Amino acid sequence: MSEKLDWQSASVVQYVHEFERRSRKAEDMSEIVVENLCKSYLSKDGKVEALKNVNLSIEAGDIFGIIGMSGAGKSTLVRCMNFLEVPTQGRVLIKGKSLSDYTEKELRKQREEIGMIFQHFNLLMQKSVLENVCFPLYIQGKKKKEAHARAMELLEIVGLTDKAAAYPAQLSGGQKQRVAIARALASDPKILLCDEATSALDPQTTYSILELLKDINTRFGITIVIITHQMSVVREICRRVAIMNEGEVVEEGLVSDIFSHPKSEVAKELIRKDTGADVEDGQRAVQPVIKSGEKIRIVFTANSAFEPVIANLILTFHEPVNILKADTKNVGGVAKGEMILQFMKDSTQVDAMKAHLKERGLEIGEVE
Amino acid sequence: MWSQEIIDMLIKGIGETLYMTIASTVLGYIFGLPMGVLLAVTDKDGLSPNALVYKVLDVVANIVRSIPFLILLILLIPFTRAVVGKSYGSTATIVPLVIAAIPFIARMVESSVKEVDAGVIEAARSMGASNIRIIVKVMLVEARTSLITGATIAIGTILGYSAMSGAVGGGGLGDIAVRYGYHRYQTDIMFVTVILLIILVQLFQTIGMYIASRLDKRK
Ligand SMILES: Nc1ncnc2c1ncn2[C@@H]1O[C@H](COP(=O)(O)OP(=O)(O)OP(=O)(O)O)[C@@H](O)[C@H]1O
Ligand SMILES: [Mg+2]
Repeated sequence: MSEKLDWQSASVVQYVHEFERRSRKAEDMSEIVVENLCKSYLSKDGKVEALKNVNLSIEAGDIFGIIGMSGAGKSTLVRCMNFLEVPTQGRVLIKGKSLSDYTEKELRKQREEIGMIFQHFNLLMQKSVLENVCFPLYIQGKKKKEAHARAMELLEIVGLTDKAAAYPAQLSGGQKQRVAIARALASDPKILLCDEATSALDPQTTYSILELLKDINTRFGITIVIITHQMSVVREICRRVAIMNEGEVVEEGLVSDIFSHPKSEVAKELIRKDTGADVEDGQRAVQPVIKSGEKIRIVFTANSAFEPVIANLILTFHEPVNILKADTKNVGGVAKGEMILQFMKDSTQVDAMKAHLKERGLEIGEVE
Repeated sequence: MWSQEIIDMLIKGIGETLYMTIASTVLGYIFGLPMGVLLAVTDKDGLSPNALVYKVLDVVANIVRSIPFLILLILLIPFTRAVVGKSYGSTATIVPLVIAAIPFIARMVESSVKEVDAGVIEAARSMGASNIRIIVKVMLVEARTSLITGATIAIGTILGYSAMSGAVGGGGLGDIAVRYGYHRYQTDIMFVTVILLIILVQLFQTIGMYIASRLDKRK
C-alpha cells in the first residue's frame, strides 16, 4: 500500500519535471520571433518608416494581440510575419527559421502553415462558399473530391454547412468571416494571423467570432495573432499584448498586467477609450453628488477586486466617498478593474483613507 | 429591289460580316488577353512589377491604337498579302482587324483585371498561391463579368471596323453598303445593310450582357 503511494508520488514528480522541461523547450523555440524589424516605404513625400526596430516573441499556442491607433504599423508588422511584405531590415523567424532564408517556392510552402484573415474578409466573390474553402486545398494539390470533403468538415467547425452552396454576397459579415476562417484553417496552419478581423462587425458578431477563435485556439492549439484597434477585443481574447505607436512597440506583456498597470501614454489612452460594452450601462448612471473634492484612481488587483473595500472604507471613516466611475472587467480570466473615487470637499481624512486603501492591496493614482 | 439576287447577296454579306467579326475577336483575344494580363501584372502596383515589359507593351499598344483603322488597313496591305496571299476579301480583312483589335482588347482586359480587389489577391498570396494560379484562378475569375462586358464592347467595335473595311473591298455588309450606296447611289440597299448592322450589334450586345449578368455571383 505505502509502496504504491510512493510509486505514485514519484511518477507525479517525474511528470512535473517532464512538464517543466517541455515548457522550457517551448520557451526556447517561440513560434514567431520578430528581431529588430524595420520597414520603410518610399513615397512621393519622402520616406515613411512604418516599422522602427520592432522586437517580439510569440509563444506557440498563445493568443497574442497587437494594438495601436490607425497608422501605427500593425498591418505592416503582421504582413511581415508571412513575408507578404518584405522587411527593410531585421528578421522574422517562424519556429526558429528565418523567412529570408527561404526561396520563393519554399516561402509559398511556408505560407500554407500561416493562415490569415482580414477586415474585409477577402473572399472570392464569384466562387461558392465551398469553393472558397477549397481554394487553399487545391494549392496543396488535393483533388476535387477530397477537397470538398475536407471543406465540409471545416464548414462544420465554423457552423456553416448549410451555406456551402451559397455565394459570399448572400452572407452576412459574420458569416463571411466564418468562411474566411474556415478557408484559413484549410491548410492546417500552425499560426493564424488576424488583421482587424472583427472591425467590420457589430459587437454581437464580434463576440461570436472571438469565441470561435478561442475555440480554435484551444481545440487545435493554433497560435493566434490578433491585430486590432479595440481594447475590448484584446481584453476578450488575448493573453499577451503588444502596444504599437508610430512604428514602435511601446509596451508588451500580459494583458492582465497592462490593464492594471499601463505604463505608456498610448496604453492608458486605449484603456480609457475602451468603454467596455459589458459595463458601459452601469457607468453612465453614476452622477457626482459631492462637488470638487480630491479625486483618485484606484486599481484592483486579482486579490482585492471582490472585497467590499469601499463599504469598509466608509464604515471605518464615517465619511461618504463618491464613486465617479466603476469599471471591473474580466481580463484573461482574472477580474481586473479600476474606480475613480472622489473625497468630500474639506475632508481631513484623505491621507488616512488613501493609506487604508493601500493596505488592502489597491494601487492609487492621480486623476487629471 | 427585293430580287432573289439581292437577298442572297445580303445573306452572304451577313455571313461574311459574322465570319470576320467572330474570327477577329477570337484571334484578338488569343493575343490581347495575355497582353492585357501582362500589362496589369507588370504595372507598378501589379503582382510582379516589371517596368521594362510594361513600358514596351504600353508603347506598342498606344502606337497601334493611335493609327486610324482605315490607315492601318492600307499600311498593312503588304503584311496582309504575305499572310493570306491576297489583300481583299473577308479573310484578308481579318488580318488588320486582328492587329487593330489586339491593343484595344488588351487595354480593356488590363482595366478589368486591375479592378479585381487587391484584398482578394493578398488573401490568395497569404495562402501560398503562385502568381500563375493567382492570375488564372483569382484575377480572371473575379474579373469575369467585367471581361465579358469588355468582350461585348470589343465585338461591337470590331463589327464596326469590319464594315469600314468595305471601303477597300473587304467584303461583308459594309462592302455592300459602300458598293450600292456610294458607287451606285442605291441608297435603299445601303439603308437595309445599315439596319442589318444595327441589328447585329444589338444582338451581340444583348447576348453579351445577358451572359455577363448570368455569370455574376455578386448579387
Ligand atoms: N504600401 C505602402 N506605401 C507607402 N506607405 C505605406 C504603405 N503601407 C503602409 N504605409 C504607411 O505605413 C504606416 C503604417 O501603416 P499600417 O497599414 O501598417 O498601419 P495600421 O496600424 O495597420 O493602421 P490601420 O489601423 O489604419 O490599419 C502608415 O503611415 C502608412 O501610411
Ligand atoms: Mg491596418
